[in-house]
Amino acid sequence: MKLDLLTSLYVFMLAAFIGFEVIRRVSPLLHTPLMSLTNALDAIAVVGAIILAGEYHAHGAMLARILGTIAIVAATSNIVGGFLITDRMLKMFKASGPKKP
Amino acid sequence: MSNLPGVETIIEITYLIATALFILSLKWLSSPTTARRGVFAGELGMLLAIAGTLLHHGIVEYRWIVIALVLGTIIGVPLGEVAMTAVPQRTALSHAFGALCVTLVGTAHFYLGAPNLPRFTMGVLALEVILGSLTFTGSLMAAGKLQEILPQRPITYKGQNIVNLGLLGVAVVVAGILVAHQEKMQLFPLIVGIPLLFGVMMIIPIGGADMPTVISLLNSYAGLSAAAMGFVLDSKLLIIAGALDGASGLILSVNMSKAMNRSFSNVLFGAFGQEQTAAAGQKDMRPVRSATAEEAAAILSAANKVVIVPGYGMAVAQAQHKVRELYDALTKRGVDVKFGIHPVAGRMPGHMNVLLAEADIPYDKLLDMDDINGDFPQTDVALVIGANDVTNPAARTDASSPIFGMPILDVDKARTVMVIKRSMGAGFAGIENPLYYLDRTLMLFGDAKSFVGSIVRELGGGHE
Repeated sequence: MKLDLLTSLYVFMLAAFIGFEVIRRVSPLLHTPLMSLTNALDAIAVVGAIILAGEYHAHGAMLARILGTIAIVAATSNIVGGFLITDRMLKMFKASGPKKP
Repeated sequence: MSNLPGVETIIEITYLIATALFILSLKWLSSPTTARRGVFAGELGMLLAIAGTLLHHGIVEYRWIVIALVLGTIIGVPLGEVAMTAVPQRTALSHAFGALCVTLVGTAHFYLGAPNLPRFTMGVLALEVILGSLTFTGSLMAAGKLQEILPQRPITYKGQNIVNLGLLGVAVVVAGILVAHQEKMQLFPLIVGIPLLFGVMMIIPIGGADMPTVISLLNSYAGLSAAAMGFVLDSKLLIIAGALDGASGLILSVNMSKAMNRSFSNVLFGAFGQEQTAAAGQKDMRPVRSATAEEAAAILSAANKVVIVPGYGMAVAQAQHKVRELYDALTKRGVDVKFGIHPVAGRMPGHMNVLLAEADIPYDKLLDMDDINGDFPQTDVALVIGANDVTNPAARTDASSPIFGMPILDVDKARTVMVIKRSMGAGFAGIENPLYYLDRTLMLFGDAKSFVGSIVRELGGGHE
């Protein structure tokens, strides 16, 4: 097995553990914003789509441009929509009175 | 790719910072007081990562990227401004978009790289494309059902699980062949097409009340497919974001399946919504006690402690703002009002909390099932609005009930139970609810919104 591949597997494993530990602490109160936020973060796949659409390809350039462009549109709409709605939802959560729980 | 280590290092550093910001973003989301900071951190990380990527000097063509970014923003803004009641279908739609992105990028990588992709890359690419395609159609189907474009009723047929698992099996076998013999490129469309079909078939048997589990599961799939894409592209940032999303979806699915007393394997194999076909045949003919809005208002205003239990019926009737008025009217009279929220109430995890927060109910009054259940014995009135199965005491006592073992809100332990309901019809699962026949239960027949409105009027009229 190649070394960088192994490194990637370690990264994946550690990230999964961090994910479990961090997200376990999110109160059920915020599970809907949690889902829309992780959805927006997941759209970081846009990075791969940008490179695909913009890079030079000796062959299959048309395919790469078209698929890459559609992929960017899909991911960007998730980023914009996801962050917007998460923030809108969180803005609505207010504590009662001055005392914080 | 030429060698300009300076720029490449800067790009890698933006990715590193973005990764840290993503993790902080989720960490800050743990409490409502810091949650908005979390969104900001996520936005900043995203902006950095995209800016860094655009610096990539391998990119020779910017026109399409810019057009796509603008177009995505134009589509994204209205998707960020939907009504709170439409959040479940919006979420399902965004899972579909995420999966579409991953599938398209994976497909392009295959045709650009095959038949010279390293074997491991081909394997992960197959996983990416299979998960991506099934999440794409599955999420579209879920969104369609939630938006009520598609019939919400589960459609089941004999041998459904065998057909579905068979489809998935064929896709996995084809993927295996491709990993072994990459030159058989003509097989590739099968590992896109079959999962696309599987995604549709997977959602067909699922009814509305199972949606929270399904959305969580699709969330997890979307995350895992993005992580797989990270392996293909060797992008640590993507691997981490995908793993975080996958973990989040998995935690939520496990929560939801626990809250519905389904085993986790039951969830994983998409076999939901099928067990309850054998609903008990005997119709209960026992008498129930009903009450008018005036009587209900009198009892509520005499109470010290009231717990309101909302369900999806409240959202359907758009009653949450009237419920807020009720909350205000009772609080003004010194009644302690809290809300008891079952994890699967609504159409996605946490849906009820968002709807009630939108109606300006303070979040510290919204309590999770485990936190509120101990309070019911000291509660004067438990008011159930549009919830049914999650309050069914048969889940605790009747081993023959299809929902036996499902954790419920113990409203039957309150001194008085009031249930607002249109008629005596059974709930989603078609199961009789013995709660309605208890001596301490008062049925309030009517539309949730107008009934709560009448109670509020009675309370207002009786006071000033």
